[in-house]
Amino acid sequence: MAAYLIRRLIQSALILLGVSVITFLLLYILPADPVRQIAGRSATPEVVENIRRQLGLDQPVWVQYGNYLWGLLHGDMGRSYLQRSEVASLIAARLPATLQLMLGAIIAELVIGLTLGVVAALNRGKPLDTSLMVASFAAVSAPQFVVALLLLYVFAVKLGWFPIGGYGTFSHLVLPSITMGIMGAGWYSRMMRSSMLDVLRADYIRTARAKGLGRMRVILRHALPNAILPVIAMIGMDIGIFMGGVVVVESVFGWPGIGQLAWQAIQRVDIPIIMGVTITSAVAIVLGNLLADLITPFIDPRIKLR
Amino acid sequence: MTDPVLSVRDLTVAVDTQAGPKPLVSDLSFALHRGETLCIAGESGSGKSITSLAVMGLLPTGVNVASGAITLDGQELTKLPERRMRDIRGARIAMIFQEPMTSLNPVLTIGTQLAEAIRTHDPKADAKKQALDALRAVRLSQPERRMGQYPHELSGGMRQRVMIAMALALKPDVLIADEPTTALDVTVQREVLDLLRDLQRDTGTAIILITHDMGVVAEMADRVIVMQSGRMVETAPVAQIFDTPAQPYTRALLAAVPRMGDGGGAAPITADPIAQLQDVQVSYDIHGGLLGRTTHRVHAVEHVSFDILAGETFSLVGESGCGKSTIARAITGLVPHEGQITVAGHSVPHDGLSAGPGLRRDVQMVFQDPAAALNPRKKVGELVAEPLVIHRIGTASERRAHVRDLFNRVGLSADQIDRYPHEFSGGQRQRICIARALALQPKLIIADESVSALDVSVQARVLELLAELKAEFGISYLFISHDMAVVENISDRIAVMYLGQIVEMGTRAQIFGNPQHPYTRRLIESVPVPDPAFIRAPSPRMATEVPSPVWAVGSGPARVVLTDAGGGHLVAEAAATDDAAVS
Repeated sequence: MAAYLIRRLIQSALILLGVSVITFLLLYILPADPVRQIAGRSATPEVVENIRRQLGLDQPVWVQYGNYLWGLLHGDMGRSYLQRSEVASLIAARLPATLQLMLGAIIAELVIGLTLGVVAALNRGKPLDTSLMVASFAAVSAPQFVVALLLLYVFAVKLGWFPIGGYGTFSHLVLPSITMGIMGAGWYSRMMRSSMLDVLRADYIRTARAKGLGRMRVILRHALPNAILPVIAMIGMDIGIFMGGVVVVESVFGWPGIGQLAWQAIQRVDIPIIMGVTITSAVAIVLGNLLADLITPFIDPRIKLR
Repeated sequence: MTDPVLSVRDLTVAVDTQAGPKPLVSDLSFALHRGETLCIAGESGSGKSITSLAVMGLLPTGVNVASGAITLDGQELTKLPERRMRDIRGARIAMIFQEPMTSLNPVLTIGTQLAEAIRTHDPKADAKKQALDALRAVRLSQPERRMGQYPHELSGGMRQRVMIAMALALKPDVLIADEPTTALDVTVQREVLDLLRDLQRDTGTAIILITHDMGVVAEMADRVIVMQSGRMVETAPVAQIFDTPAQPYTRALLAAVPRMGDGGGAAPITADPIAQLQDVQVSYDIHGGLLGRTTHRVHAVEHVSFDILAGETFSLVGESGCGKSTIARAITGLVPHEGQITVAGHSVPHDGLSAGPGLRRDVQMVFQDPAAALNPRKKVGELVAEPLVIHRIGTASERRAHVRDLFNRVGLSADQIDRYPHEFSGGQRQRICIARALALQPKLIIADESVSALDVSVQARVLELLAELKAEFGISYLFISHDMAVVENISDRIAVMYLGQIVEMGTRAQIFGNPQHPYTRRLIESVPVPDPAFIRAPSPRMATEVPSPVWAVGSGPARVVLTDAGGGHLVAEAAATDDAAVS
């Protein structure tokens, strides 16, 4: 177990190194010139060169990367080109909001997806099953900004149950979480349905029934823990998908997370912030997957980590 | 005579189809008395399993009791609401199933699953203590430790003991055992059958034993029902069924049963070897530790040497995990090995990857499960022609003609080549697999448990076909099987394997007439004898487990030394195989 953990952490570090190299190079070959953005249109070539030198952007790319990596290893993500503040502290200030949103989204997708999946499986072939599967298909296909606007219109504007946007209380969290989780809920309900149907056919379910157990106990104690196993491994990957989603969702709901930060930075070619957000997301994805893998043996005793 | 504990009258079970209900079991009647063992025997599709599920009230959706009555101690069960039926299931009628590997929930401990069964019917019981008692009753080693273990940590035989413990924990009136030993090795089958008989003597539980194995019937039954296509063909006390079967179907079924001692003496074959194995070893690495280094090895095959002569049937016997299938894969060049393997003049490459077309052409395989061995999306004619296509033999029309010949040769009609595998029965599918193996006119066919999944009557005909093909084409067979009776019937020479090593090797007469190694004797003695008059010498009741073939790097099993006991009959010294491996 300890050996497994150490090996996985080393692997994770290598992945993060790879992510940093690729992102850095991509941003370097980007046709947009950050210096021009900072200097403004009317700046003289001298001013531009001056800024370029100040930011160290006149140096060869590997020197730039080396400096960046050296800083990163010391917890320094550099400074924003435009705001001149520390990228690390900008991200740190906004990370809690995003983590809150992601946790909300995970809970939303699991609660909605797993419940509907189980209900559909238990009503297989009936109209309820069919309608749930149509709904899940719609949930998977709907673009996030459409879902967001629809939810806002119905639950915030018309019904007034939740605030239209902003951050702070639990009720602020509900609509953004559901928006972000609804696609996953659609996937999970389908996965859970087929997984549950497989498990219900298994020999040990027949054994459980032959023992004289009641229907609820067979479903909750014997079928569910087995059916949920394939879903657990997927949760780690969700964090990656969410990282794409936060940009849209945070903009629509005015949620002060790193998605908004990234969005503004992309518009202004504020490379240190884009780098910082990318690295932070990569860390979250890598840790999320590691966590999902570490949880699995507790649910499935057949899996040993080594 | 006392009242029967369970009686079934005019039971008809039907499945809903688009064309209306189709009966799976028709007009079945029987009575079961306390302490009695009733065997329901029949081949696949005879309705024996459906009957047991009907008694349990566990028929799959779409399958229903159409008419008739099932009565337990005067209580009619077919009309009972599910709520009340639940109280009977597990408590008064319990069931054990064929597949111990999949019949226990993988994510719950043995103790939890046992205690749950007890607590469901008796909420006030000291379920943990009763569960422990039940594990002791089935003679499971280290019962306290088993309680906390998960099913995957136990072998198949141990899991079937757990299933029996679970079924008998509440002292049911009726125990239904649906092919309880079919998936087990023959020595484990012996232990489980002994256990069932002992427990029945202690508790007086009535047993319905469902089996296709007439040997098991002869050993266990008081009375027998023979079923075919959902109908009872014959019912009689066990001695009568075997001595004076009244119905032709029963006679045919009994005639098809392979019996030991039927083999007869064949002239020893003297020919050049078609395959030679010299000191072959196969092991799999187990990685672990920080750097993922190899820490342990599975020693699947250890220092195995033998020759297969041209035109000979050479059999490998042994229990699951003894390495017999691994040898087959090494010979076909599908797994890396050490040592020398030569087949039909081709040296098999050691890497398990780069076997050339020559070897691939001269060695063909026929697998256990014909349904899994045939691609369901291809026509059977294409499947049989595929080896010819791969080896670029003939034109399309020549290949088609060749395939038609092959179909005729294996007893199928050439008109069937444009059908799909699912349109054939199990026996026919295995014939298709044999036709495919024959397509390249191989010198050696490896038959890995090729008849194990077939009903006895089908099995007998497939074995006949294999014998004819051998005579006709001079093919050699490497026949891999756990079924000693089948092996005795078709083999020229036999090697007995245990934990990756050969412990005894000789001609059929030597192995079956004069078995020397204790393991060979145990294998032969464990086989159920299809004769109710046969009295088995009392054997020690044991629950042995085959030791693990996993060894730490640098250590390994002691090498078995074979010595000639006369006439080429090679026997290992017994002591060498008794060392338990450490992992």
